[in-house]
Amino acid sequence: MSALLFRDVRLAFRAGGGATLALAFFAGVAALVPLGIGSDLKLLARIAGGVLWISAALAALLSLDRLFQSDFEDGSLDLIALAPQSLEAASLAKIAAHWLTTGLPLTALSPLLGLLFGLPPGSYSALVLSLLIGTPAVSAIGAVGASLTLSIRRGGLILPLVVLPLLSPAVIFGAGAVIAALDGLSNGALGLLAAFSLVSVILAPFACAAGVRLNLAG
Amino acid sequence: MDTALASLEVSDLACVRGSRALFRNLYFKVEAGGALIVEGPNGSGKTSLLRMLAGFLSPAAGTISIRVGPSEIAEGEDRGKHIGWFGHQDGLKTQLTATENLSFFARLYGSDPDIGATLEWAGLSRAAGYPVQYLSAGQKKRLALARLKVSGRRIWLLDEPFAALDASGKKLVEQMLGDHCASAGIAIAATHETMSIPASILALNGAPR
Repeated sequence: MSALLFRDVRLAFRAGGGATLALAFFAGVAALVPLGIGSDLKLLARIAGGVLWISAALAALLSLDRLFQSDFEDGSLDLIALAPQSLEAASLAKIAAHWLTTGLPLTALSPLLGLLFGLPPGSYSALVLSLLIGTPAVSAIGAVGASLTLSIRRGGLILPLVVLPLLSPAVIFGAGAVIAALDGLSNGALGLLAAFSLVSVILAPFACAAGVRLNLAG
Repeated sequence: MDTALASLEVSDLACVRGSRALFRNLYFKVEAGGALIVEGPNGSGKTSLLRMLAGFLSPAAGTISIRVGPSEIAEGEDRGKHIGWFGHQDGLKTQLTATENLSFFARLYGSDPDIGATLEWAGLSRAAGYPVQYLSAGQKKRLALARLKVSGRRIWLLDEPFAALDASGKKLVEQMLGDHCASAGIAIAATHETMSIPASILALNGAPR
């Protein structure tokens, strides 16, 4: 399945791939918020976790709608479905490729954006750790939505409606972990986030494979 | 590669798309080394039949079975492991080069072909390093043919293999299908054009409602 993983990573960085676009979107949205709120550093620090988490989820959604759709439109998905590996394994590879090209770069960029919000030094580790643990869930749950909407033209408009409500636990726990670090408390949000992420990544490939089968038969 | 493949058999097959029956009571059997050409007017269900054989569509009625020696494989996903697919869409990534497309597919299917030689066979040596978006429709078809050739699968399903190909491309298809059948493979092709290979003909005439 590594063949599919490498191909998707390579495609994401080629012309027309979504990786850099998602990163630019994330940086753009997160940089606009401090400009809109003003220079209330205390307020900015408190909302930093929430804003960065919402921006990350929206940025990831940008590249998610093409996850299965481009392969469906050019016929590659037929060939992938007939490959020796199961569609479940193929879905896991695609989720992993999406995370490597979106979730991981967003996580790496987040401390820089934290500076814009005047986050105190002690809370950066919580911010980075929550994104590192939580973004796989965004890729996994988003992939389920992508597999269901892959044959719908303009499916990219429906995808957020399907996926965003399901992402609320990740946003709540992720932003909660940053707030807890700000207050010097430990509220167990990271543990819950890890559990949520793990369950999502384990279950999503099965749902994706079912969605793909449904659409190939259509 | 399973060399023991014996036959592909279809019995009482029916296809319903939407509320329209495309065909029903379809029976045929293709033995190893045999070729079957599916003919019929537009909308008679040629592509649907191929997608059913590949396991993408489930039949409204009837069974499709692939016999491998004494054991029988009929289940959808298992059947897929014997199928080499050549659809009317190319299934190529336009941002990747011809070489990258072919070697990705070979790795995905676990075959280890000589990529350069295969591209030369398909007449694509000079186009090998270019992104597929700069290739012509005929060259893309040739690349898809090369991909089918390296798939290592025993049952080839081809949907309009002649589309967009020039005279030498059509010869390439016929020669390739002839070689495949000569080495005990099965080829099933849907086409409007005459194919000069020994093959049985299945005519779908769009009769049932």
